[in-house]
Amino acid sequence: MVRWLFLIAALSVAPPAIAQLRAFAVVGDAIPQSLTGQAGDAARGRAVVTDRQKGLCLLCHTGPFPEQRFQGNLAPDLRGAGSRWDEGQLRLRLVDSSKVNPSTIMPAYYRLDRLTRVGGAWQGKPVLSAEEVEDVVAFLLTLKDTP
Amino acid sequence: MMPSVAFTSMLSCAVAVSTVIAAAQTRDPRRSGFEDMSRESQAMQRDDTANPGMFAVLEGEELWRAKVGSRKTSCADCHQNAEVSMRGAAARYPSFSTAWNGPVDLQGQINLCRETRQNAPPFPLEGPELLALSAYVGKQSRGMSIAPPDDARLEPFRRQGEALYNMRQGQLNFSCANCHEDHAGQRLAGSLIPQGHPTGYPLYRLEWQGIGSLQRRLRGCLIGVRAEPYAYGAEEYIALELFLMSRARGMAVETPAIRP
Ligand code: HEC
Ligand code: HEC
Repeated sequence: MVRWLFLIAALSVAPPAIAQLRAFAVVGDAIPQSLTGQAGDAARGRAVVTDRQKGLCLLCHTGPFPEQRFQGNLAPDLRGAGSRWDEGQLRLRLVDSSKVNPSTIMPAYYRLDRLTRVGGAWQGKPVLSAEEVEDVVAFLLTLKDTP
Repeated sequence: MMPSVAFTSMLSCAVAVSTVIAAAQTRDPRRSGFEDMSRESQAMQRDDTANPGMFAVLEGEELWRAKVGSRKTSCADCHQNAEVSMRGAAARYPSFSTAWNGPVDLQGQINLCRETRQNAPPFPLEGPELLALSAYVGKQSRGMSIAPPDDARLEPFRRQGEALYNMRQGQLNFSCANCHEDHAGQRLAGSLIPQGHPTGYPLYRLEWQGIGSLQRRLRGCLIGVRAEPYAYGAEEYIALELFLMSRARGMAVETPAIRP
């Protein structure tokens, strides 16, 4: 019993398991290689982008999502993102847009360092997983038409 | 309904409040969250008979007279008529408390009186009694200009609040200023981002379906950016309130306001 309590206490003080980020290389203003080694799925990517608990993109961006009622206007329209940027550039902008614009307000979706007072439930986790980042990249590449 | 004196005085009060707000609009780039609300919500705030925050005010008026604690004393025993003695009080909080040797907000001051003058246990933070009493006291400053005290002892705490306001935090890595300075007036999904002035607290928020304090509002903003919210009563909230009140100096107190 005593030992059991001790174990619980030890668990509760242990730092949350740090999800390992996959290694990636930034080349110029891009991450040319897929984080997972595989191509993402554009349909799943669309679902991440419009999910207000996951991608949160429409808090700030507008885009070609006629079914989505509330879209933010703090950021450029996503239409045409796939013609303005190539795959590797889009990947870096999602992984850590501060690498492109140090004062950006766009969250880094795949970064764990240089953050302050992250809430308990979110500690040690990137906003999106490597798979989700790849899905979103695949989806953004389909957005060819500029508004 | 009877066309009573109360009704006409209420109407002229509403007109007075809107004139003050309109006047502020022409000279001053600062906007209260009131100005960006729908006409319906504005009308609800102006009309005491429709403003659900007034329930808390009425409850607070009863608590003001309730004799409590081992000394069986009420707020009124020391401060008599709140309409006279509490006029302007909310406009100058947080203040420096010598008893506490630090800054206290209005709710903290009410609880200090409970403990040191009434010999009664402090009210739980964000509980209905403390919200009611602070709404009642706050209402006595309605329409008055926010007037933070010129007190050098508050300055380090105000500066701490300013630093917190500009500090990025949470998994989404935003500072208060990112939203309330750089993007006020724009839309975060469906919500219009206000300038973030603390003019109406405690207030009735439609989304809460209830009355809440400034600390509850700030907690919401912190949770929104996925930061660890400070505990109710934390010195960080008092510091942020000191900074927000200095930023809103001269704006009108609206307690109890309505917000979406
Ligand atoms: C809090 C605001 C915010 C959120 C949330 C956000 N972004 Fe952005 N995003 C920006 C801003 C602002 C820019 C403009 C460039 C800059 O400041 O970095 C931008 C730029 C971009 C660009 C380049 C736009 C162009 O074509 O010029 C893409 C693509 C993009 N974001 C995709 C996304 C996706 C996908 C998500 C969600 C997974 C997302 N953003 C979430 C604020 C945001
Ligand atoms: C990501 C954007 C964002 C950040 C960061 C943010 N807020 Fe807010 N804040 C809002 C929005 C949007 C509202 C309006 C209410 C709503 O719709 O949720 C609001 C409301 C407020 C209000 C209420 C204004 C009124 O009229 O009653 C205050 C005060 C405030 N914020 C202060 C702060 C402070 C202090 C911080 C930092 C600790 C902060 N906010 C961080 C978006 C933000």
